[in-house]
Amino acid sequence: MTSKLDTPGRSVRTPAGAREATVAGLGSLSRAMALGFVRDRTAMFFTILFPLMFLVIFGLLFRDSGTSRSEIIQVGPVPVLDALPAEARAGVDEVLDIEQSDDLDAALEKVRTGDVDAAVEQRGNTVVVHYSAADPVSASTVQAILREIVQAANLAANPTPPRFTFEAQQVEDASLKPIQYLTPGLLGWAVATGAMFGAALTLVTWRQKKILRRLRLSPVSTPIVSGARIGVSIVIALVQGAIFVAVASLPVFGLRLSAYWWMAIPLLIAGTLAFLAIGQLAGSFTKTPEAASAVANLIVLPMAFLSGAFFPLQNAPSWLNTISSVLPLRHLVDGLLDVMVRGQGPAAVLPELGILLGFAVVVGAIAVALFRWDDA
Amino acid sequence: MSEAIIVRDIRKSYGQTRAVDGVSFEVTEGEFFGILGPNGAGKTTTLEIIEGLRKPDGGEVQLLGMSPWPRHTSLLPRIGVQLQASSFFERLTAREQIRTWASLYGVSTRRADEMLELVGLTDKANTRIEKLSGGQAQRLSIACALAHDPEVVFLDEPTSGLDPQARRNLWDLLREINRQGRTVVLTTHYLDEAEALCERVAIMDRGKILQIGPPAALVRGLDAPTRISVESGTIAAHDARALAGDAEISDDGVSLTIATRDPARVLAALAERSALRGLSVRGATLEDVFLNLTGREYRDDD
Repeated sequence: MTSKLDTPGRSVRTPAGAREATVAGLGSLSRAMALGFVRDRTAMFFTILFPLMFLVIFGLLFRDSGTSRSEIIQVGPVPVLDALPAEARAGVDEVLDIEQSDDLDAALEKVRTGDVDAAVEQRGNTVVVHYSAADPVSASTVQAILREIVQAANLAANPTPPRFTFEAQQVEDASLKPIQYLTPGLLGWAVATGAMFGAALTLVTWRQKKILRRLRLSPVSTPIVSGARIGVSIVIALVQGAIFVAVASLPVFGLRLSAYWWMAIPLLIAGTLAFLAIGQLAGSFTKTPEAASAVANLIVLPMAFLSGAFFPLQNAPSWLNTISSVLPLRHLVDGLLDVMVRGQGPAAVLPELGILLGFAVVVGAIAVALFRWDDA
Repeated sequence: MSEAIIVRDIRKSYGQTRAVDGVSFEVTEGEFFGILGPNGAGKTTTLEIIEGLRKPDGGEVQLLGMSPWPRHTSLLPRIGVQLQASSFFERLTAREQIRTWASLYGVSTRRADEMLELVGLTDKANTRIEKLSGGQAQRLSIACALAHDPEVVFLDEPTSGLDPQARRNLWDLLREINRQGRTVVLTTHYLDEAEALCERVAIMDRGKILQIGPPAALVRGLDAPTRISVESGTIAAHDARALAGDAEISDDGVSLTIATRDPARVLAALAERSALRGLSVRGATLEDVFLNLTGREYRDDD
């Protein structure tokens, strides 16, 4: 035993008092939470790596889905195709995969068995397309493409300006490849999961381990404890966002952010607050970490599916859209899509921001009302 | 000397169970006070009410002249509470742990590190709490409770689950804490611990305090016989009876035991006959006090 124990009365606390201790408390509690998180391999995996795995897998799976080409066999010379200028030919190659052959019978057999979509030959001035009725969709696609090529050739041979022209344009930026909607969706889901589990598990574990009780017996105030949790969760969410964008921007995926991508930062913060509140609520009525994570999963997974985090909801039935419009994750994902890839301005996501913050306030107030320091 | 703690007739029920049923006592400043009783006696609930973790259904508590309920942030820095050994932030090292707790009280990291040294954990400073032994975790949690230099220290079953050596080390630490002038209140279900450490103990059972006093006075107050044992065969039973007078004599084949209220005379007589082989003398203990008060054998798992 040494004499290092001071006698009571000789204060080791700085007289500068409560405010200083408050600031130090916020810092050290945040640090304790952050270290606990970073050293928890399971938590790290499920908040950072697991959503990233989805991004990589989906990103690779759907990488080429925008350019599925029809395969055809060209039998003998087909001047209409052969004589196309290089630029036009490149356009045709984007939609048709043309194989050369001189054997008509073999080509027809391949069409019959479905190995290719069509065989094409030219008899004099007539372009003949051989197709199989077994696959009407690809047959009509090929026919339409070739008909257009023939018409273009007619125009070129007989240059009268056409009276009517037709042009089809996609509404999205031409670059709206799958990675463009996968990134905001999966990021929204990842942030929701991270914030919810962070809040629910911290609350339940701290209550179960009596850390909350011990905190209650220290002069730290409850806003400081919540503040530390909020701060740590926001940092985690922003780190998630940075990692997601970095990975999705790799050449292999090719994410292209639009001008107002930085509006994603307030959206991620608002989303984190909303899901922290939900997590806090889940943690208020569960007693064990296992129960808390089950409840959190039960909330966040269906919500992710219904909110279009995994796939776009444009083609979903209207009732699904109605349900999803009351889910906070839907608004987070929508907002992220708007500013990250759809090129919308900051004002466009103000409603989403408002809804997320409203959610955070209402659910947070309920969670605070249900808050318990103790199990008993 | 003024009173650090005044407890007046506190009560707390959980449903039909009266966990604390009219408990009153005072603890003087600088005193080492123990609340002793089997598990479920109401010790922990009593302690929690004094600390301000629970609101009593009735009665009054004054802790350092203030009421601990509702939560009082000016009172809290003056008390130090050691909860169970598990009340730690997960995955933090011993040093990070105590620095975190210390900073909540505005205590410097240097002081926190000194406390770590004081409880002999400097070489475990970089060990995560999950890897500490039971005794090390207990010492760390006591260090965390003391870092801000509190006037009153509450310890709830500080040595439960420790091996004998770790217990004795911890006892030394607790005595030192008290020697420095702090008021220490401890709950325990170990009778020997209460006897070894406390200046006064309150014996508690079923929500009530049965008796309060210095351990030695409680034992003496029993007027229980002293048990003098020698190896069987050292002295014949009828000789023993002859020299012991009205004492109770038993022989289990290993030891012959004489339970007497006049141990001096019996010992002198035994010495005269050189019949002291394997001698042991055992006075009454708090265990006997408990048995006497409740009519039940004292068992930890009661």
